[in-house]
Amino acid sequence: MTESLQRAPGPFFGAFGGRFVPEALMAALDELTDAYDKARVDPTFGEELDRLARDYTGRPSIITEVPRFARHAGGATVYLKREDLNHTGSHKINNVLGQALLTKRIGKTRVIAETGAGQHGVATATAAALMDLECVIYMGEEDTERQALNVARMRLLGAEVIPVRTGTRTLRDAINEAFRDWVTNVGTTNYVFGTAAGPHPFPAMVRDLQRVISVEAREQMLALGTLPDAVLACVGGGSNAIGSFDAFLDDEGVRLIGCEAAGDGVDTGRHAATLTGGHAGVLHGSRSYILQDDEGQTQPSHSISAGLDYPGVGPQHAYLSEIGRAEYWPVTDAEAMDAFRLLSRTEGILPAIESSHALAGALKLGREFGPGATLLVTLSGRGDKDVEQAARWFDMLPGSRDVEGEGE
Amino acid sequence: MSALSDRLDAINAEGRAALVCYLPVGFPDVDTSIRAMVAMVEAGADVVEIGPPYSDPVLDGPVIQLAVAQALERGVRLKDAFAAVRAVREAGGEPVVMSYFNPMLQYGLDRFAADMVAAGGSGVITPDLTPDAGEDWIAAARAVDLDTIFLVAPSTTTERMHLTAAASRGFVYATPLMGVTGERAAVGDAAERVVSEAREAGAPKVCVGVGVSTREHAAEIGRYADGVIVGTALVRILAEADTPDEGIETLRERVAQLAAGVREARQ
Repeated sequence: MTESLQRAPGPFFGAFGGRFVPEALMAALDELTDAYDKARVDPTFGEELDRLARDYTGRPSIITEVPRFARHAGGATVYLKREDLNHTGSHKINNVLGQALLTKRIGKTRVIAETGAGQHGVATATAAALMDLECVIYMGEEDTERQALNVARMRLLGAEVIPVRTGTRTLRDAINEAFRDWVTNVGTTNYVFGTAAGPHPFPAMVRDLQRVISVEAREQMLALGTLPDAVLACVGGGSNAIGSFDAFLDDEGVRLIGCEAAGDGVDTGRHAATLTGGHAGVLHGSRSYILQDDEGQTQPSHSISAGLDYPGVGPQHAYLSEIGRAEYWPVTDAEAMDAFRLLSRTEGILPAIESSHALAGALKLGREFGPGATLLVTLSGRGDKDVEQAARWFDMLPGSRDVEGEGE
Repeated sequence: MSALSDRLDAINAEGRAALVCYLPVGFPDVDTSIRAMVAMVEAGADVVEIGPPYSDPVLDGPVIQLAVAQALERGVRLKDAFAAVRAVREAGGEPVVMSYFNPMLQYGLDRFAADMVAAGGSGVITPDLTPDAGEDWIAAARAVDLDTIFLVAPSTTTERMHLTAAASRGFVYATPLMGVTGERAAVGDAAERVVSEAREAGAPKVCVGVGVSTREHAAEIGRYADGVIVGTALVRILAEADTPDEGIETLRERVAQLAAGVREARQ
């Protein structure tokens, strides 16, 4: 590779990315781009972000070797990058602290955000509380039911949570509704986008803010003596994955593997594996891969994991897939839940169901590599929010089927 | 010049603004929606804005969202939009299409432009595509002399006004309020400001939409705009009607009132 792939500035990543939005948002996106371009080279912004990362989030996050888990991965050595240990329990805080700081810099007083699993909503509500910003979170109604605990967390943090009842009532509709709010209130409001997708500058900006994952992990691996043979991360919109990949992009010997949610299986049509089962198009402000029909109508996605249940994917992932720098593997609900149980029982770490997709990918890749390989897996979040859902999956709630029935 | 510009010029020569009426294709069903569009032309709509449904209409409010979702559930296709274009043209209206970008992209931009022209369409409004992101689309449309109609908003900068005015053919679509489609009690002063800014930037024709629902709105906006665009209020009539025929009759009455409104404006 002659040219570095790291920190690609956008707006385009090859043929993907760009800015396909209503004119009403263009001034706000230009303003945000300008503010971010200034902030990224401003030492005071960097210092403030570093201080928050250290004193608030608890960075650097550690890496943990998981030998008992690794026995099931073909004898590979497996390390977890522990984003689950961050304040608020996932990688999402890395992004929102940066965007909330930026909101203050451009003088806006209100933030809105979409959320799927609720992790980005919780992180945004947290940053808003910390920085004294009014906060409104849009969440698909189905997700508010799947993730009731996170809804309560956001409300406890002082945010208003608005259940979105249109469309498929999931993340995609929450994004639509957040865009509508933004179009209406753009004068006072900044949209804190949760993933490395959407219109420019979000894919590049969110990637930069999540890049700390791979910057730290690369140093931590080198301190142990070697770069990993592969880095694995789950991909919904793809923010933890792009953050996990970026500092390794120029390390040709390091395979980069994004694990997409294959739901019931890609061939069943009930999945969220956009790069595996979708094709190129424009959704939510950028050109990328989409699950869509032959007339460009977005198709509903399906995943046990609310955080991966999205029919699009960040444009840089579409590009990395196209040029072959990263691979994207489908992981079914069942494979992810097996990995969830395995990590819990062998290492005493309850992973988020999202992150369990990456763990399942590691089990498969380890067996493919055979003994001696070193794998780095980003554990993007902790599984506390998923306890009820996982317990139901494994039939661990007494009379769980009755409990489900009462909810209807 | 385009057929649409010629039409707007002729209407202007009558000393009034044009009435532009929107309906989505396929709501409540394809047949009713096309009959309703023809009825609107008969009742005084000069231009019919035909909306092929899209699954993620980020610039539309709840009334249109629900209508297009229902149309999609019933299996509406892009070919139905071209059928609507043909019907409006035959009825003597000026047909334009308002489409989100991805359906156009998947259909093929050249093919979309060619099929629009073949059906008798004069232009395409692109709510989620701006000229700087739409070079491919503009090239496809220019090749077949199809008008490209872009939006401006109160937040549009002077620089972007110029960009948009230069890239638009037919008219520039001004949204006087920040926000998604839907009825508003008042349209406000911003409308007149956006129109004059667009004109100063070189837009020969400027029509105003988003928030317009009554004869009084039409009369107010018709004073200074080249056209008054009404959407949600019309969709609501079809949504609230007990039968398709009742809906079409009520629609006819409302469009006639709006047509009277644009004729009162400059008296």
